[in-house]
Parts: sequence; structure tokens; C-alpha cells
Amino acid sequence: MADKETTRTVSPFEYAPAPESRAIVDIKPSYGLFVNGEFVDGTGKAFKTVNPATEEVLAEVAEASEADVDAAVKAARRAYTRVWSKMSGAERAKYLYRIARIIQERGRELAVLESIDNGKPIKESRDVDVPTVAAHFFYYAGWADKLEYAGYGTQSLGVAGQVIPWNFPLLMLAWKIAPALAAGNTVVLKPAETTPLTALLFAEICQQADLPPGVVNIVTGAGETGRALVAHEDVDKVAFTGSTDVGRAIAKAVAGTDKKVTLELGGKAANIVFDDAPIDQAVEGIVNGIFFNQGHVCCAGSRLLVQESVAEEVLGKLKRRMGTLRVGDPLDKNTDIGAINSAEQLARIRELSDIGESEGAGRWSPPCDLPSNGYWFPPTLFTGVSQAHRIAREEIFGPVLSVLTFRTPHEAVEKANNTPYGLSAGIWTDKGSRILWMANQLRAGVVWANTFNKFDPTSPFGGYKESGYGREGGRHGLEGYLK
Amino acid sequence: MTSTAAPSPTTIAGSTSFDDITASNASLRRFLHGLPGVDQVGAEARAASLGTRSIKTTAKAYALDLAIRMVDLTTLEGQDTPGKVRALASKAMRPDPADLSCPQVAAVCVYPDMVGVAKETLGSSGVNVAAVATAFPSGRAALDIKLADTRDAVEAGADEIDMVIDRGAFLAGNYLQVFEEIVAVREACGDAHLKVIFETGELQTYDNVRRVSWLAMMAGGHFIKTSTGKVQPAATLPVTMIMLEAVRDFREATGQMIGVKPAGGIRTAKDAIKYLVTVNEVAGPDWLDPDWFRFGASTLLNDLLMQRTKMTTGRYSGPDYFTLD
Repeated sequence: MADKETTRTVSPFEYAPAPESRAIVDIKPSYGLFVNGEFVDGTGKAFKTVNPATEEVLAEVAEASEADVDAAVKAARRAYTRVWSKMSGAERAKYLYRIARIIQERGRELAVLESIDNGKPIKESRDVDVPTVAAHFFYYAGWADKLEYAGYGTQSLGVAGQVIPWNFPLLMLAWKIAPALAAGNTVVLKPAETTPLTALLFAEICQQADLPPGVVNIVTGAGETGRALVAHEDVDKVAFTGSTDVGRAIAKAVAGTDKKVTLELGGKAANIVFDDAPIDQAVEGIVNGIFFNQGHVCCAGSRLLVQESVAEEVLGKLKRRMGTLRVGDPLDKNTDIGAINSAEQLARIRELSDIGESEGAGRWSPPCDLPSNGYWFPPTLFTGVSQAHRIAREEIFGPVLSVLTFRTPHEAVEKANNTPYGLSAGIWTDKGSRILWMANQLRAGVVWANTFNKFDPTSPFGGYKESGYGREGGRHGLEGYLK
Repeated sequence: MTSTAAPSPTTIAGSTSFDDITASNASLRRFLHGLPGVDQVGAEARAASLGTRSIKTTAKAYALDLAIRMVDLTTLEGQDTPGKVRALASKAMRPDPADLSCPQVAAVCVYPDMVGVAKETLGSSGVNVAAVATAFPSGRAALDIKLADTRDAVEAGADEIDMVIDRGAFLAGNYLQVFEEIVAVREACGDAHLKVIFETGELQTYDNVRRVSWLAMMAGGHFIKTSTGKVQPAATLPVTMIMLEAVRDFREATGQMIGVKPAGGIRTAKDAIKYLVTVNEVAGPDWLDPDWFRFGASTLLNDLLMQRTKMTTGRYSGPDYFTLD
């Protein structure tokens, strides 16, 4: 495992810039809140959202105060009592299908805006995020008139207060809103403060779909707004995706109330490569597992557990492959790794990486030129990591991979499970029986075999232990929104 | 588990001798079956993602010219005549008569009996003559006939020989027979370069493609080639990607570079560019050269020329502005 620096081979085949046009999006100078089917001014201050690739200010967005949140919850309650809870499932489905189709029609606009506000590469927002968002609405639209067959009853809860993270702004919105609406609830959703724009564009789509006012309300803001929403006494259901710390605070806030809660929190997933694995595809899976979406993925395969007998071969190929990753302008169609979402997150990634180095792990990144403006971090791996290193235990939430080795399947399971988290895991082996054995041993909500980061609306998703509780997606995702 | 006694690629590093591996059919089999497997879903997903690269402006201009220089312009028909071959050879030297800056192709690929005609027309132009030999396309003949076929083509002046392997022997597990046949043909080639055609459409699995690639490289093939063009599917991007991984790994283990030639089914410039992206990102930029990568094709050239003209003039011309040979 020599850590010799490989120099970047200069290819005569330099890909010319291939930027996706941003002309398709119309970003307004300022945005209000979306309450009762209309955009209204907030009573709080405004905050700025920036393009993390350039640090350019994109727009001013209203920060919802407690009073604004109250107005949104009231609107949701009214819509629930008067319209949505009385509507037949088949009628609700029509709205959801309509929203799904509009998402597809305006897919390019949503993808470009997502990449601008979030920093993720356009190839991901275009080929993964937006198609999966539409798929979620289509999928749950199908359940709306079939709830009695899902096995969780047909009685909706009421008003759902939903707080989502910045890593998949639109996709997390879909995971929250689609099942809630299909089950007959109305929602107040708070997007993350650094990525509010696609949620506000989604509000326009609700208007375009003639969704009855108040069924979907969007309140923008930061931690205070989120706290006001989950603590609001007329909220029947709290759904949160984000960090384990905030998840804990939410669990405390709702303790003693009869609010129903689902939490989807952090992870430190093991991606386990056995010596009989299809090595080239395993390398792709490792890359996809940790560098997809700049590693801003709760289920990222941030711990590579590789069998010692093939560690050298796998690392050699992984490093070569990392050398071909293209870091840069998120709107360039050939970009593989975009910008880190915020200065704050970048600081966190830097801090933990420096700790990894000072704890003695071997740090390696391929040579790559990072843009001078914006928030950037090169794809990085750490070798010689043990379970005792902080970078093997704490969620970094960035393009940083910790490499550990193991000798036997038992040791692999032991190490994989030796974490407070339990969101996902990956197994790479040509042996089917071992996949099944491992899947039974691993305490993780999702186990991928010979693949990683595959999402489908029909499949439930959620964690063990500190990775949260409740399931989203699939038939199971309805449970959290029914009595 | 890979605890068999099979020699591994690392143990052969620094040595060009594969005697241990090819000592018997059993040892060769152990080696080939000890290579890492290929996951079909993952391999196809990777190839598809390489196909989404967006190659524009200067990169496209570079890629189009490179692709033209990599074409083995091919006619392999029962109806081939000296006239047809002469016309093809002329086109190989001047693909676009309207634009003299257009590069010539790498080679003209014909049946052995047409080598003399092709050679005569091409002269010292630098365009090579490649001949398909060894009872092309089925390879169903006795070894001495295949060798005679090869020698015949070489004597007629072929610079490159495109042989077919015995797929029946490979599928029956007689790897050593396939190996020895390639070694014998390579010997019969003399100074001519040898391309080994697998007919991956008949071998079908990616595991087989990886194994046969190593087998042919160890046997001394200069190039490994996907298909005859007579069996469907012919070249595909995932198959070519597996072969590019094989030549990359072979160089890592032995220091030796082997060329790759997808043939059949690549008809558009857009497809050709996807292949070049795959060459660049999987095998590496060293393979971006007609010495190390070729396209076996007949109709591809005209689409490359049309796209090239579009790049230089900004307008698309109709098919009648490009020669049909």
C-alpha cells in the first residue's frame, strides 16, 4: 500500500467545458413563504442563499418566525379539515399524478436549480435526483386509493411538520410530501437554510397543479424555524431527516406529546469487499458509495472494509479510478464531484480530515485543481485506519473514505456493526450464500449486494440504532402517516 | 475463494514468460478462472455512465480526427471484387476528397485473396492492409489450413492479420488448444501484427471476455478484437470496456501494451466518441493512438466525415457529399 504520489497523466483528450445552460431557471431576487397556496412575506428577517460553487448570492429568502409557522400550521389544519381529509383517495391521487408529471416536464429546470443552490453535479441532479423525485410522486399516487390494502389502516394523522436536509433538497421533499399527501395528511415543510430554492419552485408546481390551498405549505428558515415547527402543538406528525444531534433534540421536544415521529439520521456505513468480489465493479461501487453527491449522503459507504488479501489490488485500482474523477463546475455535464454545500460543512470536513492525519492515518488525494472561489474538497482516502480512529467512527459527510482491512467474514461483520449508526451497508462477493449470511448479521437498515446507493420508491429506507427510526419509501413509508 | 495454486498476475510481473500458467490445460484453467469475476449489472452501468460524457467543441474535433485515424476500413463480402477493394483503398487514403486536412484511416481490412489488390493501390501511403485469416469467420477448419490461410495473406503483403479463435474449443474448456493455436498463428504471421478475434457475441458472458482476453494476450496477440461483424451482437461498449480493463491490467502485470479493436455495430460518430471516452478513462490516454486502438467498421467513416465537416463549416451536408465506397 505504498502511498507514492501518482502524477496526473496529461491526456491529449481534454474534455472541453460542456456547461448546462442556466437560462432555463428564473431566480427571483427575493422569496417569501408559501402558506395557504400563496407566496406571502414573512414577519421575520430575510437570509441569503448562495451558490456554493461560486459564493455568489442567489436570492434573499424569508426566515419564518414563530407566528409565520403558526399561520402555516393553521392553513394546513384548515385544508386538512375542510378539503383534503374529506377527499377520496382517487381524487388525491389525481393531484399527485399531476404533480409528478409537472416535475417531469420541468425536470431540467429543477435539476439546474438544484445544482446551482446545492452544488451537486448536474449529471446527478438530472439523472438521479429529479427522476427519483418524480418516481416517488408517481409511486405514492398509486397508493392513495389503495390504502386499505397497505395494511396500516386508512385513517390519516392530520398535519405533518417536516424538516429536511440540504444534501438532497428536492428528493427529501418528495420522500416527505408524497406519502403524507397520499395518506390524506396536509404538510408544513421546512427546507434546509442553505438549499431552499427548489422547495420554493415546488411550491409553484403545487400552484400549477391546482393543489387546494394549504395542503402543502413551505416555511423557509434555519434551526429556530424548525424548532417552532416541530414544537407546534397542532402538528400531529413530525418527520425529520438530518443529523443525529438535531434528531435527538427533536425526540426530546416531542416526548410526552402524542405526536408521531420518524427520524432518518446519520450513518457510517461499511462497504465490505471480499477477495472473491468482482473487483472492477467493487471499485465503482466504492467510488459511488463515497463520492456520489460529494459524500453528502447519510447512507454513504464511508468505511471501506476490504479483505486484507486483496487490499493492495483494490487500493491500487481505487486510486487509479479516483484520478479520473472530475471535480469542478456543478453545471458542467462532465463533472463527477461538485462543490461542498456550505463553508460550515467544508470546515467540518477539513477538521475531521486533519484529525485523521494527526491520528496517524495515511491521507491521499489524486492531483486535482480546485476552483479558487466556492467551497471545495478533493476526493480523499485514508489508509491504515483502525476502529479506534475518529474518522472511522464519526460521520464526516464529505468525500472522505476511511479504509480498514479484515481477515474473515466474522471480523467483517464485527467491524461493520461496531458503530453507533446502522443505516446502510454494502457487500461485494461473487458468493450468493455469503451475501445472504452477511445480510442477516449486519445491523443496518439497507444492505446492498454488489451495488451501492440504489434508491427506488418501492423500497423502504431507514436506520438501526442512532441512524433513526421509522421507514420511508415503499408500502412501509405509509405507516408513518396513518393512525 | 482464491486459495487455489493458480499463478496470479502479480507473480508474473517483470517476466514475459507464462510457462507456469500454460504448462497444462488445468493450470491455464486455474489461472483464467482465478481472475476476478465481472458483475454484469455493474459493468453495464459503468459503461452506460461513460457514455454520458458530453464531448464538445475542441474535444469533439480531436476525437473525430482520432477516430478517423483509428478506422480499419472493412469490406468482407462474398461479392468483393478488385474494383470494390481498389475503391475502398482510395477512400482509405483520402477519406474526404473535399478536405485534404482530413487524416487517412489506419488500415483497409479484406479477405486474404484481396490483399494484393489492396496493397497495390495503397502502396507506400502508410495505410496498412489487414487480412482476416484462419477460416474467418467461423474458424472451423484444421490448424494447418488456418496456418496456410495466414501465410498466404502475409506473403501477399498483409501488414496485419485478424485471426478468429476456436470458440468451440474455448466453450468446451479446451483453453490450451485455443492458446496453442494463437501461438502458432502468431508464428505464421512473421512480422505482421496479429489481432485476435474472440467473437464475444458467441462467448456471451463478461467473465468469458475477461478470460479470453488474458488468454490471447499471454499467447502473444498484438491486438484483441471483439467480433467478426458476422455475428450479432458484435462490438458493445461494456464488452470493449472489459477488454480495455484487461489490457490495462496486463500492462500493470507485465509492462507490455496490447491494442484493442471493437468491430461491427459502431456506425455513428457519437458511438465512436463514447468508445474513445472509455479508452481514455479505463485504459488510459496511452491507448489513444491508432497503434493501440482501432475501429473495425465500414459505415462509421462517413458519419465521422459528416460530423467533421459540420465542425469545420458549421453546416450539415447531405450523404451525397460523401463518397460511398
